[in-house]
Amino acid sequence: MSESKMVSLTIEGRAVSVPAGTTILEAAKAAGVLVPHYCYHPGLPVAGVCRMCLVEVEKLPKLAPSCATAVGDGQVVHVYSEKALEARKGVLELLLINHPLDCPICDQAGECELQDYTFQEGRADSRYREPKRFNPVEDFGGDVLYVTNRCILCTRCVRFMDDVHEAPVLCVSERGDRAVISKAADADLTQPWAANVIDLCPVGALVSKDFLNKARAWELDRTASVCPGCSQGCNTVLETRDNVVMRMKPRPNDAVNQFYLCDVGRLDYHWMNRPDRLESPKIRLADVLSPVDWEIALGQAAEALRGRRAYVVASPQLSNEALFLLKRLIGATGGEGAFRCATGPEAPLPGVDDLALRADRAPNARGAELLGFTRRDGDLLAGLKSGDVLVVVGDALDGVDLRRAADAAAVIVVGTVLPVGLPTPVAVLPIANVAEEEGTFTNLRGRVQRFLQAKAAPGLARPSWYALADLATAAGAPSDDCALPSRAFAALAAAEPAFSGMSYDALGLRGAVVAGAEVAR
Amino acid sequence: MGYPHKSHPQETPVLSKHFGDPAARTLEGWKARGGYTALAQALTMAPTAIQDVVKASGLRGRGGAGFPTGLKWSFMKLDDGKPHYLCCNADESEPGTFKDREIMRWTPHALIEGVAIGAYAIGAETAYIYIRGEFSEPIRVMEAALAEARAAGVIGPNAMGSGKRIDIWVHKGAGAYICGEETALMNSIEGKRGNPRIKPPFPAVSGLFGQPTTINNVETLAAVPHILNNGAEWYKGMCLSSPKSTGSKLFSVCGNVARPGNYEVVLGFSFKDFLYDLCGGPPAGRKFKAIIPGGSSVPVITIEEAEQVRMDYEGFLEVGTMLGSGGVIIFDDAQSMPRQLARLARFYAHESCAQCTQCREGTAWMTRILERIVAGQGTFEDLDTIFDLAESMTGKTICVLSDSCAAPVVSGIKRFRGEFEALITGRRSSTVAVGV
Repeated sequence: MSESKMVSLTIEGRAVSVPAGTTILEAAKAAGVLVPHYCYHPGLPVAGVCRMCLVEVEKLPKLAPSCATAVGDGQVVHVYSEKALEARKGVLELLLINHPLDCPICDQAGECELQDYTFQEGRADSRYREPKRFNPVEDFGGDVLYVTNRCILCTRCVRFMDDVHEAPVLCVSERGDRAVISKAADADLTQPWAANVIDLCPVGALVSKDFLNKARAWELDRTASVCPGCSQGCNTVLETRDNVVMRMKPRPNDAVNQFYLCDVGRLDYHWMNRPDRLESPKIRLADVLSPVDWEIALGQAAEALRGRRAYVVASPQLSNEALFLLKRLIGATGGEGAFRCATGPEAPLPGVDDLALRADRAPNARGAELLGFTRRDGDLLAGLKSGDVLVVVGDALDGVDLRRAADAAAVIVVGTVLPVGLPTPVAVLPIANVAEEEGTFTNLRGRVQRFLQAKAAPGLARPSWYALADLATAAGAPSDDCALPSRAFAALAAAEPAFSGMSYDALGLRGAVVAGAEVAR
Repeated sequence: MGYPHKSHPQETPVLSKHFGDPAARTLEGWKARGGYTALAQALTMAPTAIQDVVKASGLRGRGGAGFPTGLKWSFMKLDDGKPHYLCCNADESEPGTFKDREIMRWTPHALIEGVAIGAYAIGAETAYIYIRGEFSEPIRVMEAALAEARAAGVIGPNAMGSGKRIDIWVHKGAGAYICGEETALMNSIEGKRGNPRIKPPFPAVSGLFGQPTTINNVETLAAVPHILNNGAEWYKGMCLSSPKSTGSKLFSVCGNVARPGNYEVVLGFSFKDFLYDLCGGPPAGRKFKAIIPGGSSVPVITIEEAEQVRMDYEGFLEVGTMLGSGGVIIFDDAQSMPRQLARLARFYAHESCAQCTQCREGTAWMTRILERIVAGQGTFEDLDTIFDLAESMTGKTICVLSDSCAAPVVSGIKRFRGEFEALITGRRSSTVAVGV
């Protein structure tokens, strides 16, 4: 079957043309018609078992499972014909006969496909008068809890573990309505990507222990973001309630993470809510830090920088915009920039090309390198010369040998927390963390991706691009052109060849790749 | 029948001729009875020529679906360069059916010969005989016969000195009814859970191990040597009614009948004669009431309908049921149809592979409703629910297990509604016959 051959058909009266071999379900999506389905998932092999996606195809004797039926030229497909609706209504009633209807205490409520489709086209009542089947809840290990009674046996989780994770530890055991999802006796769902089964589960059968009973789905505000856990840059959704990040979920992006997010990244969001934050600018008065206005703190910092070299220690958690403004600061003072990046074992997801929890456990190490910062994982302060001003931005300096810091003429801290073990800084500027501001990261393949603000920063903390534009200006590198994150990015794109031609708007929520980046495998 | 009783004069023993004759089990004994001449002949023919003979004979699949065998074989592309496989479906698990068991018990070489010819005709060098695990004696007999045939070079790398390779292996099932479904059977051979696969792709395109595969029933393959020996015309001549139903067929008879057992008759035989002459009629003092003529998956008919019908594929269709696998289950007037059908539904609920929603949940729900009706707790709405449920369970799933649960139940309620209503209204006489 040739790639280019197109097949034309009519779905719900809409003409659509798709490549040969496409399923009716995908063709319907292209035509703007969502065929209700449970077992089908674009990232998994087709199972065709839930029978929810049955549609009527003219001239076919039986209803066709649209997830497993290829399009044919001239087909006329009815998704909402009486016959198809009747069949799906039957499936919904059957799925519900043993389903506990414990929606009021189910974490999936509000984002449950069983609720949605039942509301959309199911029966208002049930004719089931027999006792419901009961099975106990099972702890699957890792972050996963299996609430057996809610399971509709779509087998998405089994297929994910078998075919995408290539760690076949789940299976369907037993037959008939006694069937349940089972876990291999000697294996827990502690594989690095296993918790994706929670997102894949269309109902509340697989739920997150981390999120268990924490919030109702409809209370959450959702913000597009990028996982700051490693250099892969998986696209995420930050879900917040009352200014608190409650959960982080993957956001599909075929070019980066398909539909997935690793367990390390998924669960590493609690720090975004830490309460012991720098909330106010401070300056050193009689060797004690005292809260002051931003202008005073900025003035103090500029004073310290006057005529001195800035040795900037930047965190690879900072956005491209923040790093770019730091580059200006370095340029204005004749200094240099360094960063360090935490590392850990790499953990690929075998079924997806070029997707892994990366060894570099920060989102923007690539951006820092592109903007001229030197990676110093060994001795972060190795480049610090006597008489330099040490500017620490975003790095809490945990575990860093700080003896050299005594050589610095002064210390300026721009961050979310105050590093321990430094000489008392002359000025402290509080900034927002990744959930509290917007900006861009560059992932290890050179893809520049935007993240948006999900919650408010505490106290007087400012977005990093805002604080650093002011600091750069105060230090003699006028940065009035960076009064908005989009303008900061535009200035960056104008100044840096790697980013040339990019615009904040064009990046959208999918991102774009920097010039000269190696094409992903 | 041949075993344990002698054949009835009205039977046409082709496959069952040597049932009960232990000497026919050995290679020597089988050759003395004319065995392996058809294979010798087949190996000198072109595979397509064999397909043509089988096509001309009108032989149809004896496992239940009745698909023309020669046509099925011709779906295999002989020169595609891929390994081909033949699977012999000996997972005879349809309740009421026990004909393949007797073929394997008494004439294992007949099956080996049929499998070898079939394999050669579809370009396969490897064939598997998938036998249900409960068939311990047939498995033992088949294994012994295969060992003998291999040792004598009848099959193996140089089958009968022809230079052709034909390997045949027995694969033992583990007791799942669904593994008799051809794609589940292939999954089972591959070592996977016995779940039916979505079609397409059909087995002739991508079957066992992803290669072109044909699946034939034991009885179908066992008939092939006779067709080659005696010619397509001879087989086609064995026909008493519709020219689309040719040859002899084994019927397994069980239930409330004087002489249960296997009977081989030419297709088109009068069902009335079959029931009253061959099978000896009902037990003393009873009357026949209902019959499931083709294994538990086909609709149940009344004795009045059965007495009119001729025993071929078309004849059974005319009265709204099917020839199926030929497993004739007979109920007499002492039986409660609701109880029988509830038991049948329970079987399907137990055996559903749990893939499709309608089957997994529907068979179980239907069973619970039926059992509640039998317990005297039913309502009239329950009957409507069952009909609705049956609609959901028919023609909407990967395989036909749920259809097979719905068919006998729906037909049973339609034909014996009085018995259900008696239970519902509290008249506990659940053995009321039609019209009462």
